[in-house]
Amino acid sequence: MDNESVMENKHTEHIHRDDVGSKMGMWLFLFTELILFGGMFILYAGYRFMYADSFRVAAMRLDTVVGTVNTILLLTSSLTAVLSLAAIQKKQKLFSMYLLVFTIVCGGAFLINKYFEWSTKIHHGFYPRGPEMADLPDGEVVFYGLYYVMTGLHALHVIVGMVFLTFMLVFVYKEKITFDNSQKLENAGLYWHLVDIIWIFLFPLFYLIH
Amino acid sequence: MNEVSYLKYEGKHNGLAGWLLSTDHKRIGVMYLAAMIVFFLTAVVFGLLMKFEMLTPGRTIMGPQTYNTLFTLHGVMMIFLFIIPGLPAIFGNFFLPIMLGAKDVAFPRINLLSWYFYIIGALMILASLLFGGGPIDTGWTFYVPYSLRTGTNVTFAVFAAFVLGFSSILTGLNFITTIHRMRAPGMNWFRMPLFAWGLYATAWIQLLATPILGITLLLIMLERIFGIGIFDPALGGDPLLYQHMFWIYSHPAVYIMILPAMGLVSEIIPTFSKKNIFGYGPIAMSSLAIAFVGYLVWGHHMFSTGISDTSRAIFSLLTFLVAIPSGVKVFNWVATLYKGSIDLRPPLLFVLIFIILFSIGGLTGLVLGSLNTDIHLTDTYFVVAHFHYVMFGGMGTLFFAALHYWFPKMFGKMYNEKIAAIGAWTFAIGFNVLYFPMFILGYLGMPRRYYDYLPEFRNLHVISTIGSWIMVTGIFIIVINLLKGFLKKEMITDINPWGGTTLEWTVPTPPPVENFDKIPVITRGPYERDEHK
Amino acid sequence: MEKTHSINYGTYVLVWLGLVALTTLTVAIAGLNLYSLTIIVAMAIATTKSLLVANYFMHVKSDSRVFKVFIVVCIVIFLTMIILTFFDLIFRYPAK
Repeated sequence: MDNESVMENKHTEHIHRDDVGSKMGMWLFLFTELILFGGMFILYAGYRFMYADSFRVAAMRLDTVVGTVNTILLLTSSLTAVLSLAAIQKKQKLFSMYLLVFTIVCGGAFLINKYFEWSTKIHHGFYPRGPEMADLPDGEVVFYGLYYVMTGLHALHVIVGMVFLTFMLVFVYKEKITFDNSQKLENAGLYWHLVDIIWIFLFPLFYLIH
Repeated sequence: MNEVSYLKYEGKHNGLAGWLLSTDHKRIGVMYLAAMIVFFLTAVVFGLLMKFEMLTPGRTIMGPQTYNTLFTLHGVMMIFLFIIPGLPAIFGNFFLPIMLGAKDVAFPRINLLSWYFYIIGALMILASLLFGGGPIDTGWTFYVPYSLRTGTNVTFAVFAAFVLGFSSILTGLNFITTIHRMRAPGMNWFRMPLFAWGLYATAWIQLLATPILGITLLLIMLERIFGIGIFDPALGGDPLLYQHMFWIYSHPAVYIMILPAMGLVSEIIPTFSKKNIFGYGPIAMSSLAIAFVGYLVWGHHMFSTGISDTSRAIFSLLTFLVAIPSGVKVFNWVATLYKGSIDLRPPLLFVLIFIILFSIGGLTGLVLGSLNTDIHLTDTYFVVAHFHYVMFGGMGTLFFAALHYWFPKMFGKMYNEKIAAIGAWTFAIGFNVLYFPMFILGYLGMPRRYYDYLPEFRNLHVISTIGSWIMVTGIFIIVINLLKGFLKKEMITDINPWGGTTLEWTVPTPPPVENFDKIPVITRGPYERDEHK
Repeated sequence: MEKTHSINYGTYVLVWLGLVALTTLTVAIAGLNLYSLTIIVAMAIATTKSLLVANYFMHVKSDSRVFKVFIVVCIVIFLTMIILTFFDLIFRYPAK
């Protein structure tokens, strides 16, 4: 984050860089993301409490297989993200880049899956103001509202994470990220893992109510 | 290079660009100040117009829809553009790094970004008046379902508040990291100035409460645009959950407003009583305690909405807890003044006005926090009077105190102290004439947010409106006096005009670009005084 | 420059295997009918998975104490919000 001072002082003998401070800034930012989703989790908990039966019925219409595949995809991408950091710290630049590419591809696959999942739902008329929604009981309407907002917001974070990681890939290639200067990569990784953790909770809450 | 003051420094960019692209925390602080004074005065004018409308029963100068718009804008601008960001963004940015013995905040570029978020959000609020379905009329709380149904430009205004939230979050993130990582050698946590403690507690609230408002406002937008059912009762939503979410943020936000202000009091009182602060530890800890308890009491905004009786009792009990750390602070301040050699200069005068106004606001808060009296007083002028005493009498008065305290250091100029004192007294008298009758009006049953009233309330409304004129005269005197000081040709170079003991009084006036030639080594508490001076 | 996180590839892969195993477990359990226990079991497994990701992939385990304190503060605040909200909901919609 604070690479400004690093750039400016490149040619001076004393390089001011605070990796811990940079990581702290990233973590604090992650907390705001956690609370942002936390707000949605409060609403989810409240409405699930009010409409327990409708939630169960509505959740039956979601595809558990798609959800499981997406979970595995994100978990795997999280593994390769952290491996790419380990690789760069072991001075294995090329390996680190392969791992980053794999991570981004996993994120892409997750989004493609999500796209087909949403379009199937929309095709069947289950979307806000959609033809099926008028006849549904209140609880199911709320369930789909939460479903679209929470998975949509999550998908948005996946996209942002992929953009971050792409920048990191370029930085590794240009050797702006090296074995002794890898905080940026670690920060991007932290963001990616957080997106993973949020999905770890979304998955059972939407796909596994029976 | 470090000889040049931050005002005169010329780097890669000069002139206006040298300010707009500057990552210097001092310039960013001054840019916040400039922007906020404009928005504050605009919102003051809205308030003045509202009071004028209340001069007579029925229509005086405007109809009900205009009045609804005015109280909404007055609230939105005062709260989101002035009271919440005011002290951290202006004085926190300017003085936190200097007080800690650092050259800048931890993330200078993010700091500048945060200013741009603020300006964009503010301009969006103003722009929302000009197009779409017309100016918003929901009140600053955007309660559903009305905010989902009204044809006015809610979607855009809500997005503006969302952007402002980003600005607030980034400032908080920056301050926490700065305080953890950039304190000068020897400055341990308990040698930090109490203003920094106030900002630290505030920053945690900015960080951990603002995202809740963010997501809630986002949902309002999504519901209005796509018809998603989350809060809308017609689609199975629960409007009370909206109110929960809104107040989960907005109650702690009250402490975003007041904690840095309280920290400021703990700076000014030792300086002008020439004494070490009494009870440093309790004051510092009470800031953290207020920040935490602030998360536990939001339900007291919803006592009459139909939430469960159990939760009402719990929230009422927790609300009374806030009085404890607040009381700790007031007692320690008074104990610091006791037997001090008191020098009643303008900053201290504002602080003493604050203590009285804030105590009235705090005590009437207890009346509202207890369930049975709240049923009688909720949504009346009593509430309006209470929160103006707490917020305007609290943060607003201390905003003036901060300006008068740090003005010579920030600009290297001095204002006329006599006129400042006259302004302060006029403000204080006008304030009480304006808001005290509202307590009585509320007790008698005058509801808030109405442009009209029954004839028997007339006398008190007239007194209140006259009070608004006196108070605005006071603000006018204060602002003009400062402006005249600012435009003076002669500079002052006195490093320490008030005899303060914290680090900002050890750097040149106005501070140089890098603040310190050599990072100081701290060997004593922030308010300990040298014997030889 | 000190090496901050000297965990080798093997540990990460093991953690990943654990995460996949827990995912399988949670899907399998969802097929059983545990009534009110369903949500508790699902949340317990999700919490375990998150702890694994945070401790190993995000290196919280080897980070300095201040990060752990931060995380606890964040979680405590969030739990406070949800618990106080439920003091209203549970008594407003009784016996469900």
